[in-house]
Formats: sequence, C-alpha cells, structure tokens
Amino acid sequence: MIEANAVYVIVAREFKKFIRERTRLVSAIARPLVWLFLIGGGMSRIVPIAGGVSYMQFIFPGILGMTILFSSIFSSISIIWDKEFGFMKEILVAPISRFSIVVGKATSGMVLSTIQAAIILAFFPLLGLKIGFAEVAGILLISAALSFAISSLGIVLASFYDSYESFSVIMNFIVMPMFFLSGAMYPVKLMPTILRFFTRINPLTYGIDAIKHLSLPPGAGPMGADFPFLLDVAVIIAATVIFVAIGGKAFERKG
Amino acid sequence: MQIISVENMVKRFGSITAVDGITFGVDENSIFGFLGPNGAGKTTTISILCTLLDPTSGKAFLNGHDCSAESAAVRKSIGIVFQDSSLDKDLTARENLMFHARLYNVATPERKQRVDEALVFAGLQDRADDLVKKFSGGMKRRLEVARGLIHKPKVLFLDEPTLGLDPQSRSSLWEFIIELPKKHDVTIFMTTHYMEEAEVCDHIAIIDKGKIIASGTPGSLKKLIGGDVIYLKTSDNRKAAETLQKLFGLSATEKDGEIFISTPRGDSCIPALIREIGDIVLSVRLQRPTLNDVFLKLTGKEIRAENGSVENDVKETVRSYRRRHDRG
Ligand SMILES: Nc1ncnc2c1ncn2[C@@H]1O[C@H](COP(=O)(O)OP(=O)(O)O)[C@@H](O)[C@H]1O
Ligand SMILES: [Mg+2]
Repeated sequence: MIEANAVYVIVAREFKKFIRERTRLVSAIARPLVWLFLIGGGMSRIVPIAGGVSYMQFIFPGILGMTILFSSIFSSISIIWDKEFGFMKEILVAPISRFSIVVGKATSGMVLSTIQAAIILAFFPLLGLKIGFAEVAGILLISAALSFAISSLGIVLASFYDSYESFSVIMNFIVMPMFFLSGAMYPVKLMPTILRFFTRINPLTYGIDAIKHLSLPPGAGPMGADFPFLLDVAVIIAATVIFVAIGGKAFERKG
Repeated sequence: MQIISVENMVKRFGSITAVDGITFGVDENSIFGFLGPNGAGKTTTISILCTLLDPTSGKAFLNGHDCSAESAAVRKSIGIVFQDSSLDKDLTARENLMFHARLYNVATPERKQRVDEALVFAGLQDRADDLVKKFSGGMKRRLEVARGLIHKPKVLFLDEPTLGLDPQSRSSLWEFIIELPKKHDVTIFMTTHYMEEAEVCDHIAIIDKGKIIASGTPGSLKKLIGGDVIYLKTSDNRKAAETLQKLFGLSATEKDGEIFISTPRGDSCIPALIREIGDIVLSVRLQRPTLNDVFLKLTGKEIRAENGSVENDVKETVRSYRRRHDRG
C-alpha cells in the first residue's frame, strides 16, 4: 500500500531543502562539469574523433549518468544518518507503510537527480552536439527512470549497511566501480572481457547507453551505443522493480 | 485503566541483554517515569513500545494493541520525543509541524489550525518561520513536544527530554511537561537518568541492567530508605545527644563534628528539638531522602556512573557533538 500523504511529505521536504541549499546544488553541478570540460576536454586532444564523435561528446552521456549516480546515491544514503539521528525516526514511527517510505525516498531521489541532470543537459550545445526536442524529452525520461532505479539501489544499500563507517565502503566499493564500469569513460565494446562482464551487470551501463542512443549521432561506430535501445529500457525497468522490492522488504526488518 | 502494559519483556542484541524480563503497567493520563543509568535499557524499552523494535520474548500492549503485531494501530496512538532530536533543522518550525500533521493524516481544514495552536503552545508563534537550526535547545524540545501532540496521541513518550539543556531550560521544560496530562488528555511516559527530575512523576520504575529493581510513587520509593535526616551543629555534642535520647528516644550519631538523627518526619521534629536544646544548637540542617539515595541503596552505586560499550561511546560522542553543534 502506498500512502500519497507520506510520499508527498518525503518528496516535499527534500525538494524544499534542495531549493534552499544553493551551495549543495552548485557543488553537485560543478563536479560533472569539471569532469566534462577538464577530463573530457583534455582527452579530446589525445583521442581521435571516431564516427564524427569527439571524446568530450562521447563522455557527455556518461557525465549525465555520473550526475544521476552520485545525486541518487547521496539522496538515499542519507537514510543511514537520518535513521540514527534525524528526521527518518519521525517518519519511521508515523502510521505509514514502509513501502511508502521507500517509494517516497526513491521519488525524491528521482526528482532531485533529474533536475540536476537537466541542468547538465543544458550544456549540450557547447559541446557541438545536435540533440532534437524529442531526444531531449527522451533523455529526461530516461534520467528520471534511471535515477528512480539508482535511488532504490541506494535505499537497499542504506538498509543493509547501517553504521556511520559504511559510507566510505559504499563510495569506494560500489559507487566508484559502478561509475568506471559503466561505459561512461570508455566504450563497452572495446573493454577487456573481464571488465565487460562487470559492465554488463551494472544497471548504470544501460541508462548511459540509452542516453548515448538519444544524444550521439547514428553511425558513431566505436563511440556509439553498445546495446539495443529497447534492451536498455527493459533493464532499467527491471532494475527499478527489483530494487524497490528488495528495498521495501529490507525496510520492513526490525532489529 | 492501564494504557500500557508490559509482561516479561526481554530484548537481546546478540549477546547483550538490553531488557531482561520487565513487567509493568502505566495508568491512563498519568506521568510515568522510567529511571535508570545510561545503558540500563530505557531507550530500548521505548523503541519496543513505539514499534521500532520487536521484543525477543514477552509482550507489550499499548491502548489495547499489541506493539509488535499491530504496529499501525499503536503508531496512531502515540507521539514521541526521541533522545536525539528528530526535527529537520533545515526546515522552519511551521514546516516541521505541517509535515507531521500530514504524515498523521490530519485533515486539510484542521491542519493549519492545529499547527498554529501547537506553535502557541510551544511559545514559538513569533519564530514560526525561522529555521529550526537557529533555535536554542529548550525551544527545540518544546517544539518537538508540541509536534508530538498534534495528532492527539493517547501516550506521549519523552526519552531523556532534558538531556543537554541548561538548568533553567530544564526547569521550564518540566513546568511545561507536568501540565500535559490535564491540558491534552494524554499519558506521559518519560525516561531520565536525572533522579531529581523524576519527583514530578505519579509513578516511577527504576531500571538497572535491563531489570526493574523498584517501582512505586516517588514517596513510597523514598520510604524504602527510612525517613529524613537532621544534622545538628551544637556547642556540646555529648549533652545534645543525651538529651535527644532521653526526650525523643532518638539515638544520635556523631560524624565530622556534627551529630545526626534519622526520623520519619524530620520537619515536624525540629520545633520540639529547638525548644528542648535550643540553647546549645548552632545550626540545623534537614536532609530529605532523594531518589538518588534510593538508587544508591538499591544498587550500591551512583546513578551517573557509566559503563558503556564502544558503540555507545561512539553514539555518545556523536550526540554530544551534535548538541554543541546544534546550539551554535
Ligand atoms: N541496536 C543495538 N544493537 C546492539 N546493542 C544495543 C542496541 N541498542 C542498545 N543496545 C545496548 O543495549 C543496552 C541498553 O541500551 P539503551 O536502551 O539505549 O539504554 P538507555 O537508554 O537506558 O541508556 C546498552 O548496553 C546498549 O549498548
Ligand atoms: Mg537512552
């Protein structure tokens, strides 16, 4: 059972705080831009253009994926801290179902991440990319779905790790590998077999791949998308369903 | 009627037994005090009653509902002020209250009115739209208490409500708390490790190492350690002691140049005493037994003596950091 009032409170609270905390927004936006222009810009001088796509253009979908990954995981991981010392306790003792809390948290991760992805997306003309209106809408939809899935993954992590030290474990052993093994910085089809295996089981890969379909010109060859678009969408949806279900179950646990 | 009843409740965390077979009841619209040193199992008991934890064995009922099997019904009947603030400090007082009212499904037309009432009740109507992080410790606690009452609960839990407050805020918070049962038709279940604070309770249970070692009214608990003690400084201790023995049948003991006697009603004893040996008495001091003395007598240790686990220490460090930090 999903209570609309609970989802509303959880989302409205985070949205209000997000709007208020300008510095957080600025730093959340700065990181992907630094990656895009410093690393992407620098590498573009070394990596030759292939299929009409420069390296900076190539990593643009990956940078959108990075924005979504970090913002969604951060949004959910705050549960760990909140559960012990903050507002999460107020929510946990309220007469609402655990499932509503999970859906509310995932929805607020989705709203905040999609806003940030939209801001980064607005930079595409600077990169010389030509993205049509329908594709922009498509990218935003994919971003929303992907951030819902990754926020749900964050909730699962937050419910299994519940001490303060776990934060760096999650960052170093889950978030960073997820980013590097996602086809964000390097085409999946050119990876060594063992890395390709990890990339294939990473849901972020498919989100980024779907954005590659929508933002890079067709016939980009090695720089282009690695999987069929429909497969990408199917994996994102499946991941969302699985993570929400596990998150809901994990949240039901009492000590 | 008993609004809370707990039967033989045990809670273990791995090898630690936090609550070790406790049984007690709480009368409706009373103030019930749960007293004990750090690590005694107070917060764990509250967490079970609030449906956040399931007991390892035993039963707990609140307002007729089983706390582990009927958590939804129990949650509707309770309000809680946790040991660590669960306010959102980046929201305003009004926003915190509005979100709470929505979470508890207070209907839209009533919501604004109840929030306004709560702000007045907490004495924060002028600060309603300030961020909570700008509030003092006392203001935050009052806001949390007012928030816990918005949905008209049957029981309000207060876990160490005065922890980290300065003495003045503590006493004004107490004045505020003792009014609650009458004003809001609510039962108060509070914990504290400040023994002197429990004096305002109608009923007290003293818990140590997960077990209830005594319970009763504050008066009946203090009777456990005998009566008042009168300390006398006199110009002739021997003569004074003899007279006290002869006239009142009280045997005085000498200690550090003073003599003292134990008597059930010390206050009414003093006038007679002055009449008889007033000429040699230099000073009189009456000491009432405190709940601290009760705890000392029952356990042989001071209630403040702490022996926490490493994890407790970490939590304690974070808490005290937050308390300092939040105040700034
Ligand atoms: N989640 C937990 N996991 C393991 N041990 C716990 C947990 N919560 C409390 N304890 C232990 O249970 C005991 C009682 O703790 P608590 O109920 O917080 O005491 P109090 O509130 O009286 O200070 C302590 O020894 C504490 O370390
Ligand atoms: Mg406690």
